[in-house]
Amino acid sequence: MELFNLGIRSIFIDNMIFAYFLGMCSFLAVSKKVSTALGLGAAVIFVLTVTTPVNWLLNEFVLREGALTWVSGELASIDLTFLRFIMFIAIIAAMVQLVEMVVEKFAPALYGALGIFLPLIAVNCAILGGSLFMAQRDYTLAESAVYGFGSGTGFFLAIVALAAIREKLKYSHVPNGLKGLGITMLLTGLMGIAFMSFMGIDL
Amino acid sequence: MSAETVEKEIEKKPAEPLFSKRRKKLVTDPLVDENPITIQVLGICSALAVTTQMKPTLVMAISVIFVVVMSNFVISLMRNTIPSRVRIIVQLAVVATLVTVVSEILKAFAYDMYKELSVFIGLIITNCIVMGRLEAFALGNKPYDSMLDGFGSALGYSWIILTVAFFRELWGSGSVFGIPVFDYVSGIFGPDFQLATNGLMVSPVGAFIILGLIIWVQRTKTGYVEH
Repeated sequence: MELFNLGIRSIFIDNMIFAYFLGMCSFLAVSKKVSTALGLGAAVIFVLTVTTPVNWLLNEFVLREGALTWVSGELASIDLTFLRFIMFIAIIAAMVQLVEMVVEKFAPALYGALGIFLPLIAVNCAILGGSLFMAQRDYTLAESAVYGFGSGTGFFLAIVALAAIREKLKYSHVPNGLKGLGITMLLTGLMGIAFMSFMGIDL
Repeated sequence: MSAETVEKEIEKKPAEPLFSKRRKKLVTDPLVDENPITIQVLGICSALAVTTQMKPTLVMAISVIFVVVMSNFVISLMRNTIPSRVRIIVQLAVVATLVTVVSEILKAFAYDMYKELSVFIGLIITNCIVMGRLEAFALGNKPYDSMLDGFGSALGYSWIILTVAFFRELWGSGSVFGIPVFDYVSGIFGPDFQLATNGLMVSPVGAFIILGLIIWVQRTKTGYVEH
């Protein structure tokens, strides 16, 4: 039940886009068409679900203060937390590469759909943000998997919804200076107000 | 970027003055006409979350300036030795190292600020401006020019997030840099004159709307239209 609550919270209340502004670059750049937004959203869910638990393992058994005790007792005082950024980003880049190769080999159709988005994801703030939040909040392994999946789903919902609105927006008359980025920011703000209504839910 | 390759030819002949016209343009262009946030749509990711107050925003801006300038410098030094297939990994490694330095410095000398910014310092790594400048400029230009280019882009980014933070703090908390401006105003006009703060400005929604409006004003002034 705890896990279920965490999942719901990471999708709606702690939404990556509307609560933490993570992954904004690709959120704004790839939300012009619903079909591409679906592709990127699915790729983000996939990569977040994989990298967050993997980074949890790395943090728990290598980086955390006293994490190296399982190697030998003498290493108990070693604290490698300062290596967190560089190790997390390396794992993310490697995992993205790995996922890309596996998908290309076993699911060529999916690779065709996700193809160009996978390399982009290595530098998506939402992915690194997911891992950093996981480390900061001391999640367990199961929690971090659920959290990764949940926040990926939150990103997916947000980007698909925005893309749908922007497709309709083509037919409206927008002032010149607001075209493109400007109106998209205002739209995101309004969607954020809608998502704020979830904050009242106590899980 | 095509203009840069043409100008490189001229650059070789005499020693260029340290602040030539072309180099000044590298710094001033990203401030308004080529602003990374409002025109190029880069680097919105990690910064908006810290703009509820001026002080953390200033720390964030300084950190980003440091990281962009230094990473542009380092990558530009190595530009002829990096194989293009692994360049993303090399860039990430350099940037992550620099961000670790910033984070450790903050931890040692400004622990409260470090706590307040929490994960957002780490997220400078994935700030699109850093990677964008490395890819678009530092990989093909000399170290000093790359540093200037990075400095210009980071400044363009800084003034936008500081403006967003100014309005969010003023309207959301009634203060600027922690100085309670609204209280002073009601002190002057008497207790009947109270300025109300707006809770929406402190929430993420305020950041989106203020940034949208800044983009509108700025693009109307420069006449830039997105298609």
